[in-house]
Amino acid sequence: MLELLQQPWPWYFSGPLIGVMVPLLLVLGNKTFGISSSLRHICAACLPAKLPFFNYNWKAEKWNLFFVGGIFVGGWIAATYITNNQPIAINHTLLNKLSIYRINEDNNLVPTAIFSWQGLLTIRGFIIMVVGGFLVGFGTRYAGGCTSGHAINGLSHLQLPSLIATICFMIGGFIMANLILPFILQL
Amino acid sequence: MITQKKSLLKAEEKNTDFEVRSLDTICTNDSHLQHPWWYNIKYAFAGIIFGIILIKAEVISWFRIQEMFHLKSFHMFGVIGSAVITGCISVLIIKKLKIKTIHGEPIFFIQKKFNKGQIFGGLIFGLGWAMTGACPGPLYALLGSGISVIVVVLFSAIAGTWVYGAIRSKLPH
Repeated sequence: MLELLQQPWPWYFSGPLIGVMVPLLLVLGNKTFGISSSLRHICAACLPAKLPFFNYNWKAEKWNLFFVGGIFVGGWIAATYITNNQPIAINHTLLNKLSIYRINEDNNLVPTAIFSWQGLLTIRGFIIMVVGGFLVGFGTRYAGGCTSGHAINGLSHLQLPSLIATICFMIGGFIMANLILPFILQL
Repeated sequence: MITQKKSLLKAEEKNTDFEVRSLDTICTNDSHLQHPWWYNIKYAFAGIIFGIILIKAEVISWFRIQEMFHLKSFHMFGVIGSAVITGCISVLIIKKLKIKTIHGEPIFFIQKKFNKGQIFGGLIFGLGWAMTGACPGPLYALLGSGISVIVVVLFSAIAGTWVYGAIRSKLPH
């Protein structure tokens, strides 16, 4: 059983499991599936700085911080015990293309040439992690949600604003991956 | 009843919030049962399960995200698509059968309101998503999986959220 779970899970198994998080959180206590709001709660808890956006009772939303804490632990469990230690089967054309930029799949979830402490000291690593992270935090809050809150939760509720947001996520991603990222990776 | 209405009105006045979620859930939570903190532990367990799924679904892989945005694989579209369909069917079932929470409360759904932030913010997040290869959920899972440098990305994301909070009144919504 464990051996079977240690294999990569196909999309038609893992996708529905992700979808089940929506009713699970609703049934556990009327919670709306969403993760990026945890970033806001962290701001509200640590540095509200009298900004109206961060002056609310974040303690009432504590569940969200427990949830993301759980994700952290789950990530550790899966990476330590539920793994077959094989690299992810990525499309070869793409891998060849990326190798031009000295990016290789080194049996990891991220390319270590960029996502490592040494990588942080390179220009491209710094831009991708620091600027990229900033855009993620800024954009999700501006949009009012991220992939989980808008794409999965919002679309499950058939919300038009979430559909608009999801389309914009994809447009932004296509622009970055195809038109801008190649230049950043050259740095 | 009147005091409840008053507090609702007060919350509305204070509600400079375009994302209905947090502030409104707080005011709808007024009637909510008050639970001790350890009731939240069940959400930590839900999080653990979700974290495991994220890793095993490979959606936290930077390479998978690049594949998706280069249209080189169906994997990500399959995961997100089947997740949405499953979520959709479950929400329909909850509504049809009027399923209650484990504490016996009726489940309520909050309508999101449209504002331009979903367009501008969505585009900005999309740019960041393709760079870091991670949305906020995967950031926590990646950090847990032992890639310590992700703490830099997470910290930048918190900084981005904070800056948004600081300048949001000047942004078009």
